[in-house]
Amino acid sequence: MNWNALFENIGQHTIDGLAKGAIFALVALGYTLVYGVLRLINFAHSEVWMVGTFAIFGFWSLLGVTDNPPLGTAIMLLLGGLLVGAAASGGTALLVERTAYRRLRQKNVPPLIFLITAIAISLVLQEIFGLWQGRLVVGMPSLIKRETVLTIGNAEINNIQIIILVSALVMMVGLDWFVNKTRNGRAIRAVAQNPDSAALMGINKDRVIMLVFVLGGIMAGAAALLWDMRYQITKFDIGFVLGLKAFTAAVLGGIGNLRGALLGGLLLGVIEVYGATLTQSTWEDVFAFVVLVVVLLFRPTGLLGESLGRARA
Amino acid sequence: MKRNYLRALGGVAMAAALIGAAGCQDSGSGTETPSAQCGGTIATFGAFTGPNAGLVIPSLQGSKLAVKQFNEANPNCKVTLQEFDTQGDPAQATPIANQIAGDQKFLGVIGGAFSGESKATMPIYEAASLAMVSPSATNPELTAVGNKAFHRVVGNDSTQGAAASVYFKNTLKSTKVFLIDDGTTYGAGIIKEVKAGIGSLFAGEDKVQEKQTNFDATVSKVKGSQADAIAYGGYTNEAAPLLKQLRAAGITAKFVGFDGLYDPGFVSGAGAAAEGAIVTCPCLPADKAGGTFAADFQKEYGVAPGSYGAEGFDAATVFLEAFKAGKTARADILAFVKAYDKQGVSKYIKFDTTGDVDKTKVVIWAYEVKGGAIVAQSEIALS
Repeated sequence: MNWNALFENIGQHTIDGLAKGAIFALVALGYTLVYGVLRLINFAHSEVWMVGTFAIFGFWSLLGVTDNPPLGTAIMLLLGGLLVGAAASGGTALLVERTAYRRLRQKNVPPLIFLITAIAISLVLQEIFGLWQGRLVVGMPSLIKRETVLTIGNAEINNIQIIILVSALVMMVGLDWFVNKTRNGRAIRAVAQNPDSAALMGINKDRVIMLVFVLGGIMAGAAALLWDMRYQITKFDIGFVLGLKAFTAAVLGGIGNLRGALLGGLLLGVIEVYGATLTQSTWEDVFAFVVLVVVLLFRPTGLLGESLGRARA
Repeated sequence: MKRNYLRALGGVAMAAALIGAAGCQDSGSGTETPSAQCGGTIATFGAFTGPNAGLVIPSLQGSKLAVKQFNEANPNCKVTLQEFDTQGDPAQATPIANQIAGDQKFLGVIGGAFSGESKATMPIYEAASLAMVSPSATNPELTAVGNKAFHRVVGNDSTQGAAASVYFKNTLKSTKVFLIDDGTTYGAGIIKEVKAGIGSLFAGEDKVQEKQTNFDATVSKVKGSQADAIAYGGYTNEAAPLLKQLRAAGITAKFVGFDGLYDPGFVSGAGAAAEGAIVTCPCLPADKAGGTFAADFQKEYGVAPGSYGAEGFDAATVFLEAFKAGKTARADILAFVKAYDKQGVSKYIKFDTTGDVDKTKVVIWAYEVKGGAIVAQSEIALS
């Protein structure tokens, strides 16, 4: 255990971890939203995110983007990427819901069937991209040159980390507002609390469920953009590990709880970076899951509790 | 599915016919001319598809070229090369090995391409008295376990690790070297050798894992160590994003990888970040290969021979020479391989008792990524 390496530079590791965790958190929202409404763990969500990373990559290569374009162009490309990613991921999520889950719901199948279907869809999407895009790492151009813009103590915060943290926070505050303050948000909460009563009150359940999938997809698309900007690579099976982390983040914060997903994601990112610094990068997952188990021992419903519609959401 | 059954049935029938024929020939072998019983089938296995195929395809092409040239030069001694795709996975290579060992038409095996699959299947081939000649499996353990079937026409990782250490000291004149590996038999093995070789230049190390895509912690460790060189033991899928992230963080230390990164996929995956990276390989630059190999390869496939192209050619040639000498039984061919002693295109081919190629003939080259291509830089002197 290299405690020195951790504490000498704790500020830096915290910032690195927060930036890493912000992407987990955005993906975690998709798991949490769907779980909150349907009590379904949508394992296909990691592939919804993966489709977003490829769509943005395709968009940029279509325009022939090269390394470090002028700032104005870069901003346009990022905004364009956000639209493309959100459309691709939101569209994929919607497609999955319409073609698979809705039919299963109409047949009233047991929850296990949903779970297996989700895993199957995830594999199908992976293999489609594996066959289509090849099984190698795909590299993309760097749009924004990484520069240190802020130094606190000996922690250097770079422009990309700031973009990630700020945009992830804005997306999440926006979503939180949407669910808590708008008419559609109220419908979502109503269906989450009691689907049958909500239907009696005139809420179209299927429409609300579609909305939930699309919202989760849009968040995944935004996460895909931040990922592509920061790491500049993607791969057909890249969703597996990130999906697992995002799901863990959702459980850690309390699945079904939007603010929980944010807290869980950020916390998980920081724990992983601390763990990897203390030992070796191979151990980051061990630290993450040990913390998860310990938290669940004392708070079985996660840090902030489980419900989407009630107390804390 | 149905076609596969038919093919398998056909294979069984053919094998039966061959066994029958071989039995007949054995009884009257004294009187027949060598050419009448000449030829046979060789199996080759490796990652011909999958993420690491880019590393293996050139050696397969080299082997195919050798067989093709042989068949053209010896029309009455037909040799067939049959490919088995394992994707480099030991679990997939094992049933394939059982199939090859059980089918008497196969008289020799070129492979495995990787160390893991070779290690998993060596005992099966040994039990079947089938000689293996690998063009590219470099883990030192493979020849240390006393297996009688395994041979290879490349140097092993301890030589490569030693060469890399020499390269850090003498060519790069590094003062601090940071070591990273992916925890596989191959990656961790070679980094262990480098660590022993560089001694006091060691600045720190980290282990990553397969399928990992974000390397924040590794990057900050490298940064903290202030290393001026980095050695990475592993394959493309982790090396490309790692190198990208190191460069994005402003780390300019020289990046040195091993033969696992002698792969066009590494260069395209890492993009501009790969520029200037060094890859060492116990494989000869194509234009240095003997005879007309490089020109023939270029003509046949329209590309220059990549990693282990010349070694693939040599591995096939060992078996082709055995057929030429009239060997038609597995045990005879195994004995022939053990006694093999001839100039090849990549190096002089002669095996020691463990199955390693004669250590004094091994060459290690440093290659550099330049303008998006892997070009030969210099041979690394081993002393």
